[in-house]
Amino acid sequence: MTEDIERESASASPTDSEAGAAAAEAPPVKPTPAPVPARPAQEADVSRRGFFSWAAVAWVGFTAATGACVTAWGRFMFPNVLYEPPTSFKVGKPEDFPPGVVDERFKETNGVWIVNNDGQIYSLIAICTHLGCPPAWLDAQNKFKCPCHGSGYYKSGINFEGPTPRPLERARISIDPSDNQILVDKAQKYLWEQGQWEDPNSYILSG
Amino acid sequence: MFDALKELVNYFSDPKWSFTITTVVFVAALFWRRLWTNLGGLVMLVGVTLYFVVSMFDENFRLVVAKPDNVPIVMMVYFVGFFVWLSMKKAYDNDERIANGEPTFEKTEANDKIFTWPDLVFSEFICMVILTVLLVVWSIMLQAPLEEPANTAVAPNPSKAPWYFLGLQEMLVYFDPWMAGVVLPSLIIVGLCAIPYIDTNTKGNGYFTFKERRSEIVLFMYGFVVLWCYLIVVGTFMRGPNWNFFGLYEYWDINKVEPLVNVDLSEYIFIKMLGVGLPSFWLVRELPGILLLLLYFVVLPVGLTKLQFFKRYYDDMGASRFYVGIGLFLTMMLLPIKMYLRWAFNLKYLVHIQEFFFNV
Repeated sequence: MTEDIERESASASPTDSEAGAAAAEAPPVKPTPAPVPARPAQEADVSRRGFFSWAAVAWVGFTAATGACVTAWGRFMFPNVLYEPPTSFKVGKPEDFPPGVVDERFKETNGVWIVNNDGQIYSLIAICTHLGCPPAWLDAQNKFKCPCHGSGYYKSGINFEGPTPRPLERARISIDPSDNQILVDKAQKYLWEQGQWEDPNSYILSG
Repeated sequence: MFDALKELVNYFSDPKWSFTITTVVFVAALFWRRLWTNLGGLVMLVGVTLYFVVSMFDENFRLVVAKPDNVPIVMMVYFVGFFVWLSMKKAYDNDERIANGEPTFEKTEANDKIFTWPDLVFSEFICMVILTVLLVVWSIMLQAPLEEPANTAVAPNPSKAPWYFLGLQEMLVYFDPWMAGVVLPSLIIVGLCAIPYIDTNTKGNGYFTFKERRSEIVLFMYGFVVLWCYLIVVGTFMRGPNWNFFGLYEYWDINKVEPLVNVDLSEYIFIKMLGVGLPSFWLVRELPGILLLLLYFVVLPVGLTKLQFFKRYYDDMGASRFYVGIGLFLTMMLLPIKMYLRWAFNLKYLVHIQEFFFNV
């Protein structure tokens, strides 16, 4: 405290008007520089051991915080409630799907068309095999048509126009013997180019 | 009379015509000195504006062009036009100076030095203020095209990429998604980065010129203006429901039927020409396409070095630079080639190996 006051007076004196006038008359004297304040004592006192113990505390804190963030993020990946529709669902009895009709009722809720074509009922997954847009069924033109790049598919799901390299995919379809309803399982897909449409699980015969 | 004109424009909007016309007219225009003067620029500006204004009286044209999403594309037409005009004008002016033995414009200008502050920073500041005002006014006047909450089962028809990607989306119509979505875009970026290493000619460094760099400028401008900007214009104004093609004044009819049945090269060769049916082994089946691609990418570059025009480049650049450059050039030309093959023969893929997801 006393040091500070002394320094203040020392630095203030040259700007003082009296002192300035005196200095102008007297021969030029070099102003004495203000004394450099001594560094606080405790700063120089940090020992090697003290530094490392503080660093250890800091690292532990940082690691704990990071770990907590990662844990929270990991938990976020497994939500309590899923708002997605189940991949396996019932769509009704085979009689509900008249021959030659592409049923669009389940496209919005479950992302599939149920098609009754040539005595077979099968379920086409409504994702374009070009880049994944949902195509639209054009009844008047008897084809599926993708709005993104113009890929087109026949009612069977076979691609015939536009840039898509392969047909639509079919989902597993079966009849649940307990209530005679059609059960669609999107978790299992059947690909035409691998010959899987021959698989009896990829279609059911309409009566 | 207007109706007949509209019909005519609609007819020539078809990509096989409009792409050809754009290519020919644009490349020819680069060589037409009169266009790249003050008068030429004014004529182009008035012409384009007049076209837009008159066309706005057409309902279908107005629906597409005046859509808030599409305003940037109209601006792009003007901006790209302006900057092409500006640089070409400067280039032609310099060429005349060089021919007269005078120093280039940039060289005479290099002696005039100005301060960063205030001369540069102040004009930057003014630009910033004007641009901010413009963006604020724009965002107030034109509503953001927000729609109902997204539904994964329904895509808007047509579904369009952000406007700056519409060139890529147009490419996707002609190529496999892996090619048009990954390989070609990467090659565009890599190729642009590689230009200074391939083209080490110092002519044109620090000054505009056309005469000294004709083929390079024509090539770059073709890639940028025709293969990128023009395809954006096509994707914005001429692609309607179901990604069908519509003329500029055509009604976007969702039920328009266009036969687009596409055929692979292997099907042309084995079924239509030889009549033997597709071979089951993929290598045999796709052999014609693979041979064609090898011819294009290996034999053609070597053959080009025998031509006088390319020989000069080969001698200047050395083998490695030349072949990398010509490879990138041929990859770029694959897009127009594939487009013409699609329009002319409904060709789907040259090589279609589903077994490995490899389609070209």
